Amino acid sequence: MFLFIVFALIAIVAGLGVILSRKPVYSALFLLVNFATLAALYIMLQAQFLAAVQIIVYAGAIVVLILFVIMLIGGGELRDIRDPNKTLLRRLTAPRVTGAVLALLLLAAIGYGLITGTLNSASGSAAAFNNGSVQAIASVLYTDYVLPFELASVLLLVGMIGAVVLAKNE
Amino acid sequence: MDYIRDFFINFAHSWTTWISGGLPGWAVTVVNFLLGGLILVMMPVIATLALTWMERKVIGRIQNRLGPNRVGPWGIFQAIADAVKMLIKEDIIPDRADRPVFNLAPILIFVGAAMLWAVIPFGRRMIGQDLNIGALYVVAIGSITTVAVLMAGWASNNKFALIGAFRVVAQLLSYEIPMVLSIGVVVLVVGSMRMGTIVESQWVPFCLVLPVAFITYVLAAIAETGRAPFDLLEADSEIVAGYFVEYSGLKFGWFYIAEYGNLMAVSAITTTLFLGGWRGPFAGAAPVLGPLYFIIKTVLVIFVLMWIRGTLPRFRIDQMLAFAWKVLVPAALVNLLWVAAALKLPVPQAVQYAVMLVGNLAILGVTLTLLGQSAKQHAKRHGLAGA
Repeated sequence: MFLFIVFALIAIVAGLGVILSRKPVYSALFLLVNFATLAALYIMLQAQFLAAVQIIVYAGAIVVLILFVIMLIGGGELRDIRDPNKTLLRRLTAPRVTGAVLALLLLAAIGYGLITGTLNSASGSAAAFNNGSVQAIASVLYTDYVLPFELASVLLLVGMIGAVVLAKNE
Repeated sequence: MDYIRDFFINFAHSWTTWISGGLPGWAVTVVNFLLGGLILVMMPVIATLALTWMERKVIGRIQNRLGPNRVGPWGIFQAIADAVKMLIKEDIIPDRADRPVFNLAPILIFVGAAMLWAVIPFGRRMIGQDLNIGALYVVAIGSITTVAVLMAGWASNNKFALIGAFRVVAQLLSYEIPMVLSIGVVVLVVGSMRMGTIVESQWVPFCLVLPVAFITYVLAAIAETGRAPFDLLEADSEIVAGYFVEYSGLKFGWFYIAEYGNLMAVSAITTTLFLGGWRGPFAGAAPVLGPLYFIIKTVLVIFVLMWIRGTLPRFRIDQMLAFAWKVLVPAALVNLLWVAAALKLPVPQAVQYAVMLVGNLAILGVTLTLLGQSAKQHAKRHGLAGA
């Protein structure tokens, strides 16, 4: 429990760092810290495979790509673009409203899960997860969830073909 | 005699018994974990001290020179002299560098190099932590290096450093795929990702069963450690020194240590996955021989890597990426499919291995033939000799 609190606090501080940093590169690095603490939390839940995948996919690939893009387009400090002359109502642009609604929906979903008990940890003990073994994950992934799994791989294939088409440049 | 036969394990038991005399149980655990961690963290440093000397000697002999021979007999204290020089050098931070990121990058790259050692089995039951995802852990830790290099290159506020960092990303991401595919073949054959189990189940070294996976892994590993002929990220003649051009003193030292630590770790992983790790004659009866075999095999792999470095000229970046995507990835993928099919055959394991070996040799032959043909076409098109 003590370790959980430590890692959760680091994750929250890193998450705040992502949205409050003035430099985009710092945001990306805070995101990396956040992903690393999530991996630590997975290890504490006996899901070592998920932790390793979290590091490989998110820390190793996604954050690197984010950093790559930021560095290519220049990672200067962000300016304050708030306009004090605008009224509060005029500042509510469509992306902001959508973001706020989605955040509220997420909060509501988490709250609902906590109240009804579907999010409680009792159903996910280490033994039920077979100590996070690769075999346990693989058997579930290739039997019960084979259709979503294959659909995800088709999605990746489509992304890859799209990248090739864009890069062809003819 | 029994004590000597399994010396390291028995010594660890004696040590634990000795300190439990005066300490409570939890303190014994803490002390032992700290000691284990200290040994693992020291591995890259030891690797640097030993390997810089070895590398200079080997490269010197390849280039028909003597190599270091001034400090101590055969120059064996050269590395220590270098270390002292590095320690007392001035620490320079560029004026417009991003200081926090600039200072964090060397630490992060060293952490990556040190953490690899946690899953490497030096002998039977001599492993920091036999994780059930050991092989995957190696890949995960390896991917941290990419971020550290990118941080160093960007924070230096230097164009050469940034170009070096971009090359690293292209190179490491491309070569990670054949590396993971060839590790995947071994995991498939063994049926477990535990490094201990992988060694235990190699009654014949996997380099003799899966030569394609072995060669692919070694080539990808050279690229991942950024050594010649894949040292595009620090190509001196093109971008000065790449991502660590602005570092000096001990911060440069961390990159240096991480480089040699990674070299030794990659050789140790090659030994574990493909050369049978600590297995060898009489290693079963006398486990004390295990670490000895392990070190001999690792040094042999390191020597081969140095040999390659001393022999081959540097690739061009487009050739290098094309080699990864057009040669290594297809070969590794076909190999993976073949091995997966061979494992389903209802025959004894030895026959399965033979089937795998035949398939591997066929893949190797086809790949080399296609490479030779394309080289001939290239030579003909450009009017070069050898067409």
